[in-house]
Amino acid sequence: MATGIDERQEEIVEEFAMFGDWMEKYEHIISLGKELAPLDPEDKVEDNLIKGCQSRVWLAAKKGDDGRVMFTADSDAIITKGLAALMVRVLSDASAADIASANLSFLDDIGLHSHLSPTRSNGLQSMVKQMKLYGLAFTAGG
Amino acid sequence: MTSTGHFSVDAIRAQFPILSREVNGHPLAYFDSAASAHKPQAVIDAQARYLAEKHSNIHRGVHSLAQEATEAYEGAREIIRGHIGAASTQEVLFVGGATDGINLVAQTWGRQHLQQGDCMVLTRMEHHSNIVPWQMLAEEKGFRILVVELNADGTLDEDMFQAHLLQGPKLVAFMHVSNALGTVNDVKHWTAKSHEAGAKVLVDGAQAVPHLQVNVQDLGVDFYVFSGHKTYGPTGIGVLYGRQSLLEDMPPWRGGGEMIGSVSFEQGTTYNELPYKFEAGTPHISGGIALGAALQWMGQVGVSALTAHEHALTQHAHARLAEVQGMRFYGTAPCKAGVVSFLVDGVHPYDLGTLLDQLGIAVRTGHHCAEPLMDKWNIPGTVRASFGAYNTLQEVDRLADGVARAVTMLR
Repeated sequence: MATGIDERQEEIVEEFAMFGDWMEKYEHIISLGKELAPLDPEDKVEDNLIKGCQSRVWLAAKKGDDGRVMFTADSDAIITKGLAALMVRVLSDASAADIASANLSFLDDIGLHSHLSPTRSNGLQSMVKQMKLYGLAFTAGG
Repeated sequence: MTSTGHFSVDAIRAQFPILSREVNGHPLAYFDSAASAHKPQAVIDAQARYLAEKHSNIHRGVHSLAQEATEAYEGAREIIRGHIGAASTQEVLFVGGATDGINLVAQTWGRQHLQQGDCMVLTRMEHHSNIVPWQMLAEEKGFRILVVELNADGTLDEDMFQAHLLQGPKLVAFMHVSNALGTVNDVKHWTAKSHEAGAKVLVDGAQAVPHLQVNVQDLGVDFYVFSGHKTYGPTGIGVLYGRQSLLEDMPPWRGGGEMIGSVSFEQGTTYNELPYKFEAGTPHISGGIALGAALQWMGQVGVSALTAHEHALTQHAHARLAEVQGMRFYGTAPCKAGVVSFLVDGVHPYDLGTLLDQLGIAVRTGHHCAEPLMDKWNIPGTVRASFGAYNTLQEVDRLADGVARAVTMLR
């Protein structure tokens, strides 16, 4: 049994608490972006593209036989990709209902909430919305 | 610090209160003046003083405040007229900004003169504000838009420009200075050529008036627009210069108070004289007054001194940024103003902009409202550093060092 969405958020907040300054924080996000497993080529398609004005995000979702939803993501910008990796870590491999009702607070807690702001237009805000929509759709039996 | 003749950047900086603030623990280094420039105290004071001491509705009042407000507003129009060398204040229309001015011309002159079977000329470097109003009208009217493509250095393809003029366009509309590339177009030359071909000329001067001495009569243009907020004035106000004979013949656009001669249900409505015919409703009075103050301030500093200072900054930025491995500049025209646009191999502009922000350095990333240009060059956008009167060579060094540091983190 994987840990719940709230526990995963707490883990990330603890992980980021270790960093002394913004550089270490961003270096970590950049390395998370570099380590994120690449999307399957068949998933890196227009249909999965969330077009931000500043950076582009691809998001794919699959529902496994056990009913859990798996997300994969990619971005052309590495910081966006690192933040997408955190989103995937929090919301992937969870039940559709848990995803749909998740309260995402960890970006606030690690001081990166501005990356979710619409003025950034990096595609992340739309990505989170899309992940929750997948949760809703799969809960409805999709 | 830097001093060019009488121009002292320290003295300039002292007049901009916002420059004393910090961003992310660093002194603000603001390289986004092409998006919007900061305001000197003289402009802030002009706007505040009007609101505190003179505010009233203009033009119609018999009382003293209305008179003072009208004098201040019309005084600003006269300052603007002088600054851009228009023949008369009747040719100086207050509008919401450059975008608003272009839309006004499209919806009046354009609607009157551009019909099915006609064509007009735009260029690949145009800001969306000088593309979309024409596309909207073209869709309705069925005229064609011919696009002048660019050379690799970001200058206009002159042969293509000439070829398009042979097709007899009714209108040629192009920017004076490119917001994305910094290219300064030869407005005088292309205006003369366009006139020879029988076209009218509209020039988007949003990025020119902040950096260059503009004289609309010398350039010979028919229409010229610019925005207040990019030229050290407030947002929500801008100017449309139009040749008087053209403005006289154009129908009004927005209807309402101020723009009328008399209104009657029985006898119909007549329109006011220029420039009021195009200024329906209560205008942005404090904005107009503050824009006058901004241009006055530029005049006091000396526009040619500003041009020289910004040229030095642009040169220094090119030289220092070129030290970064994998640096590619977009827009290397021989004649440039105020903008350095670049990408670094293997680094996304968004990432670079995000890390520079952490260092207190404000740049703009993305397509700069010039998507057709970015698509043509097959890039997602660029990082753009743009300069104003208040930037220093030391700040440019911070920018170059910051880019080098960010690139090391990102690679």
